[in-house]
Amino acid sequence: MAETHSLQDMRQQAAIAAKVFIQRDYTNGTVCQFQTKFPSELETRIDKQQFEETVRTLNNLYAEAEKLGSQSYIEGCLACLTAYTVFLCMETHYEKILKKIAKYIQEQNDKIYAPRGLLLTDPIERGLRVIEVTIFEDRSLTR
Amino acid sequence: MSQMHHATLDHHHHQQQQQQQQQQQPGQYNQICTRTSSCGSPAPAEGSEPPSCPAHRSRNPRRKWQVFPGRNRFYCGGRIMMARQTGVFYLTLVLILLTSGLFFTFDCPFLASNLTPAIPAVGGILFVFVMGMLFRASFSDPGVLPRATPDEAADLERQIDSAGCSRPPPRTREVLINGQTVKLKYCFTCKIFRPPRASHCSLCDNCVERFDHHCPWVGNCVGRRNYRFFYLFILSLSFLTIFIFAFVITHVILRSNRTGFLSALKDSPASVLEVVVCFFSVWSIVGLSGFHTYLISSNQTTNEDIKGSWSTKRGKDNYNPYSYGNILTNCCAALCGPLPPSLIDRRGLIQCDTPHTVSQSNGTSSNSYASTQLHSHMCDQDQCIQSTKFVLQAAATPLLHSDPVVLAPLPGKTTTLGGPCAYLAPTQPSLPSCGGDVLTLRDAAVDSHCHHHLHHHHHHHHHHFVSPEETPCTTPQGALPCPAHLHLHPQPHPPVPSPATLYDPASQDALHEDSVRGLVKLSSV
Repeated sequence: MAETHSLQDMRQQAAIAAKVFIQRDYTNGTVCQFQTKFPSELETRIDKQQFEETVRTLNNLYAEAEKLGSQSYIEGCLACLTAYTVFLCMETHYEKILKKIAKYIQEQNDKIYAPRGLLLTDPIERGLRVIEVTIFEDRSLTR
Repeated sequence: MSQMHHATLDHHHHQQQQQQQQQQQPGQYNQICTRTSSCGSPAPAEGSEPPSCPAHRSRNPRRKWQVFPGRNRFYCGGRIMMARQTGVFYLTLVLILLTSGLFFTFDCPFLASNLTPAIPAVGGILFVFVMGMLFRASFSDPGVLPRATPDEAADLERQIDSAGCSRPPPRTREVLINGQTVKLKYCFTCKIFRPPRASHCSLCDNCVERFDHHCPWVGNCVGRRNYRFFYLFILSLSFLTIFIFAFVITHVILRSNRTGFLSALKDSPASVLEVVVCFFSVWSIVGLSGFHTYLISSNQTTNEDIKGSWSTKRGKDNYNPYSYGNILTNCCAALCGPLPPSLIDRRGLIQCDTPHTVSQSNGTSSNSYASTQLHSHMCDQDQCIQSTKFVLQAAATPLLHSDPVVLAPLPGKTTTLGGPCAYLAPTQPSLPSCGGDVLTLRDAAVDSHCHHHLHHHHHHHHHHFVSPEETPCTTPQGALPCPAHLHLHPQPHPPVPSPATLYDPASQDALHEDSVRGLVKLSSV
């Protein structure tokens, strides 16, 4: 049976050295935002700017999902009028943004993080509590 | 290489496997997983197998709701989620259906013919809306926060312990939100710092975002995701109650104008019942609607209001940091704001590398299993992973393909491994009876039968969601005389450990021995 060796599978072959958790930032209330503080464990692996850029983009995407604007009001009113059956056919705005976020994280992982031996886990898989950054052992050192 | 790891069970189930799912190579891996007693896993009834679970392809994939650690009940394959005690919800349902039914049957014909047919029409629309909102509020996820994974919990513990040398270590964090200092508390059950406005519901044993209250009438917690449905439910119900009350009185008055009061009552006896029900409920429901209208306009939760978190009595500078400033925005935000999706992914399939949520050290909260089969499946899976780990350590070559990632959380799991299984281990002398109890468990409503065997008081057997069509694992077993027993007594598969050691996490030496045995067999291929 042929195996699909995606980057992720290969990553999973490597041993995990550590996991870093980026916690939520509640200074703006209950909106989903993550702390942009650069964790010290990643200092050797990735550029601070790069990392902060990723977290900032994620924060912006989450803010957009929870934004109270005319679009969300229209969606809410329409849903109420149709007794919320409209969501059987159509996705909520929030879900659309979550898909966008998943794609963005996948793309970031493939382009930036995986080559450096890191892996970002989509926060939705951790209940939007943390961004889990898995640090893999540096193979080049062990060989 | 992955072919070796596809665990087929023994021959007895081999044929079943062949018919029902893609064939895996009969691997010697079988020998390693000697603990995998006959969970006769036919193919999953729904969905595809989890692709990244090489060791357990032959097992039917579990959905996450089946291993949900909270005290909730799930129906319709995890689509419906309610609290454990649903008795009062049925009362609500009966009251509404009865009163509305009587109204439409007895009062509406008269009113439609004598006044206008718009009355039953409006009544009908209101009724449908009320029922819709009730079901939505009762059946949806209120905003439950999933529990921390073992890695997260360990990381937090480290942070907490390193934070202060004082004992006990601080379990609160302070955050400045819009100028107000808010304390975030650490939840011992869920092993997380609760976000602001979240609270742990003791009835459901979950942390819920923007926790309002636990409503027995609705049979669920009211939180971020279903607050608007709850509010619309009580609002529309108060309109419906007033509507029915008014028109039943009108009906009686019109009739008594023609035939006299007493004969009017005799002609429509149902009206009396309706008036009584409506009269007594209108005060509480209208009162509740008014109260929640106030809460929405000031963007507070019932929880905060009761505690007086933002009242000026606490301090002159105390104000609600979450309020948007004006009533209209607050209302719009609560009712028409974006609806976040459920964070607990009830219908997701459990993958091998899905980090299991942290159970308490004595395994109290991780059990929502209805039968020992599910337990043994989880135990077997964990045992299998353990065995794999030993093989890897013993062989020091990547003999097996199973993801090392899986092993990483294991050090933390050895204690939790005892968790789901511990409930079996201490009950060794009574295992057969527990198995027997499990059978009655499925049939009877008494779910505490097994509890006295257990030393933990948080085990809950959610038998409701084990409906025959949902758990493929149980279907074939239903035909067998005593499936639970079959599971508890392992197949005669050398070496056969006694049931006492079967799930004993301390007997890692036995596992190791078996792993090595398996390894030897593997290498002889």
